[in-house]
Amino acid sequence: MMRWLILAVAAGLPVVTAATEQNVVYDKSRITCASRQMGVPVEADFRQFTARIDFDPGRPDGSRISIAINTASFEFDPEVDDEVRGRLWLNAHDFPQARFISSSVRAIGNGRYEARGTLEIKGARSEVTVPFTYQPAAGGVFEGVFVISRLHYNIGEGKWRDTDTVGDDVQIKFRIVTDSPAAKRK
Amino acid sequence: MFALIACGFALGQYMADLPLSPMKLRYFSWHKWLGVTIFMLAVMRIAWRATHPAPLPPAGTPAWQNAAAGAIHILLYLLIIAIPLSGWLHSSAAGVQTVYLGLLPLPDLLPKNKPLSEFLGEVHEILNDGLAVLVAVHAAAALKHHFVNRDDILRRMLPFLGPR
Repeated sequence: MMRWLILAVAAGLPVVTAATEQNVVYDKSRITCASRQMGVPVEADFRQFTARIDFDPGRPDGSRISIAINTASFEFDPEVDDEVRGRLWLNAHDFPQARFISSSVRAIGNGRYEARGTLEIKGARSEVTVPFTYQPAAGGVFEGVFVISRLHYNIGEGKWRDTDTVGDDVQIKFRIVTDSPAAKRK
Repeated sequence: MFALIACGFALGQYMADLPLSPMKLRYFSWHKWLGVTIFMLAVMRIAWRATHPAPLPPAGTPAWQNAAAGAIHILLYLLIIAIPLSGWLHSSAAGVQTVYLGLLPLPDLLPKNKPLSEFLGEVHEILNDGLAVLVAVHAAAALKHHFVNRDDILRRMLPFLGPR
């Protein structure tokens, strides 16, 4: 079902929002990635993504979260953007989306939660754990950061594999603002 | 110091138009490290000059030449400070922090701002063009003193030439 929804969104089809989903405020939300170039942290944005969040802090284990990022919306500066959207990096032409789909969500205390799920980038998948905080203002603000290995997903092939210039660790940071709480599940 | 500036200048000219590659990222880092080094040496040099007056020009030098030499020296000092600063600000506005030798992070003085970064990049380039012209005039004047006036100006600038 969730996968079908994501595909429908990706295809630009109208989707009826499920009654329990939070409404995401995209112009206040942000997903960035940060790597180290020659030891220098450099952060770039993904301007377009779709987040579907059905989260109840009182019952986190019933939550479902899925995020689809348009890889072509990577933005740092024009020269870098062309390269990163290109074949050796994200290959936005053949892999227009990077996706996270949760399989389980649990509370880990102090307003912190953990979503486990599958991250798929450039055709490579792996199980990841994404810690996040939830602040219950309005619909709630979700914030978190986790680290992936770019080489695991073949991001930066060929001459870019060398991690002395661009490090292997990439920090994915997100802040997702919603303006309506999820409807209480029965 | 001249050698460092010449390296930084040549590397900057060369790397700016390269296609993006790991090597280009390395060149940019080296260029920034050179710039930071030059900036520190320039500050020391100016502190020295502020506390130790320049030697007097040879007797009989026309006043306009003294004035011109003085103006060019002040401009050279200004530029060896302003050029690294403009590069640092350009990098800062471009969203790439400067980390000296990959170890010592310098504060980002400006937030990321693309139009500002492009403007500062232009400023950095124009100041460098200005420096190239001044260096040429400065060197031509020194050679003129050496070969035409046959005074000790060039020997004074380059002690390894030895006394006459």
